Amino acid sequence: MIAKLVGEALFAAARFLVGGQARWRGCEPATTQRIYFANHASHMDTIIMCGALPGYLRTTTHPVAAADYWGSGPVQRFVALKVLNAVLVERGGAKDPLAPLREVLEQGESLIIFPEGTRRAESLPGAFKAGLYHLAKDFPEAELVPVYLTNLARAYPKGAILPAPISSAAHFGAPIQLEDSEDKAAFLARAQASIIALSGEELPGENA
Amino acid sequence: MPDLNLTIEPVMATLFGGVFALLLVASSIGFVLSKRVTSEGGIATVANLNQRIKAWWLMIAIFAVAFVFGKGVTVVLFALTSFFVLREFLSITPTRAEDHTATIAAFYLFIPLQYWLIYSDWQSLFSILIPVWAFLLLPLLAVLKGETTDFLARSAKIQWGMMLGVYCISHAPALLLLDIPGYSDNFLLLFFLITVVQLSDVLQYVFGKLFGKHKVAPRVSPAKTWEGLIGGGFSAAAIGAALFWITPFAPWEAALLALTIVLAGFAGGLVLSAVKRSLGAKDWGTMIEGHGGALDRMDSVSFSAPVFFHLVNYFFVL
Repeated sequence: MIAKLVGEALFAAARFLVGGQARWRGCEPATTQRIYFANHASHMDTIIMCGALPGYLRTTTHPVAAADYWGSGPVQRFVALKVLNAVLVERGGAKDPLAPLREVLEQGESLIIFPEGTRRAESLPGAFKAGLYHLAKDFPEAELVPVYLTNLARAYPKGAILPAPISSAAHFGAPIQLEDSEDKAAFLARAQASIIALSGEELPGENA
Repeated sequence: MPDLNLTIEPVMATLFGGVFALLLVASSIGFVLSKRVTSEGGIATVANLNQRIKAWWLMIAIFAVAFVFGKGVTVVLFALTSFFVLREFLSITPTRAEDHTATIAAFYLFIPLQYWLIYSDWQSLFSILIPVWAFLLLPLLAVLKGETTDFLARSAKIQWGMMLGVYCISHAPALLLLDIPGYSDNFLLLFFLITVVQLSDVLQYVFGKLFGKHKVAPRVSPAKTWEGLIGGGFSAAAIGAALFWITPFAPWEAALLALTIVLAGFAGGLVLSAVKRSLGAKDWGTMIEGHGGALDRMDSVSFSAPVFFHLVNYFFVL
């Protein structure tokens, strides 16, 4: 109950400050199992992604969040686990970092991941880490939906204390699939290109 | 002078009654048109017209609240307007992550400060806060990040947004701090400005739709026609002249000032349309249904408010 209220307040504050409307360009919201993968520029990305999904998808869609930030204090922990239904992962740990992600997918639920693994100051995504490839291989029935987040590198860059009120939007593209003959590098490059392609379709004035 | 009297003065009641009646007529016309018009292009035009009228009701309601509650609320409402306009401007104007500190200072320091100066009657600092202090401080905040790519362009974008969205627009509520001998209803000056500038927009649109043939600047703003400008502009100026009794002006002065407001507003629309097109956008945003973004409605105000403010300040303030 409290988590739900905090969530609504958080999404409303995010909407007031940075907008974050969803633009469903290549697919529609659906309850089918999906792995949404997006470019990563700020800690707001996770909140914007959850806020962009319709409410009925939020309970079964889990953003993957770095434990060193979202698990660092009781407030972050509460927001990550209770409000955003996040899966926390250890970065650079000895354990298999994908294990908690596989657990979620095995239950038939959906994920939001940021395959670059870290935030970037650029508006376009950098090289992807291998995680997305392994998940795509192990869970071929899950739809892989590219998402391009606009303007967040400017609204709340790494190291900033306050978010600036610059409007962002979440552009959802057409799902992609791992082809039978495709190797890791080729797939990851294609996945990255699918997000960059969404940035090309973006028209100024439509992201407000 | 923080005044919180909740009484509506008779003049104000008459004026808002007039606006109310006008909108009622507009809504009725819109309703009749929506039943009558059957051609495809006509239906789209009428739907757009009705959306605009609906948004007008909302804006007038907000304005009425501001006028009833006095200076504080008026200043806050204009500060919010500046906030949304600057947000729209910077959202489609590319800057870099390194401009974040400057952007933060623009939104959270200079907007509140500029409007606080109006509230506290500090006219000398109000006039230079953004052209001098923000102009010098914002590029300094950006340069400390050490990124030189597009530095001049990035600094100029932020300063332009500040000037248009904050500095220029703040001259509308700043009318409240002008000290005009024998005249104390400065709210009515603000009413005069906003009424003339917005009626000019509406009437130019209507005249343009009805009689528009010769485009003023086809590449910059295809919707602006000479017929719209002359028909709508003179009608708005005439209405402004007819409102002389709420101002400290003689009828001919009111007519000239109204005409100046119309021309400055037209110039604002033209210049901001060029800025918008240079960024590849049609509307500044999607905030107001049928009107595009907040800046699509405030472009004319951003040019006419400072011009009107300074003419009144020069000729009517001792």
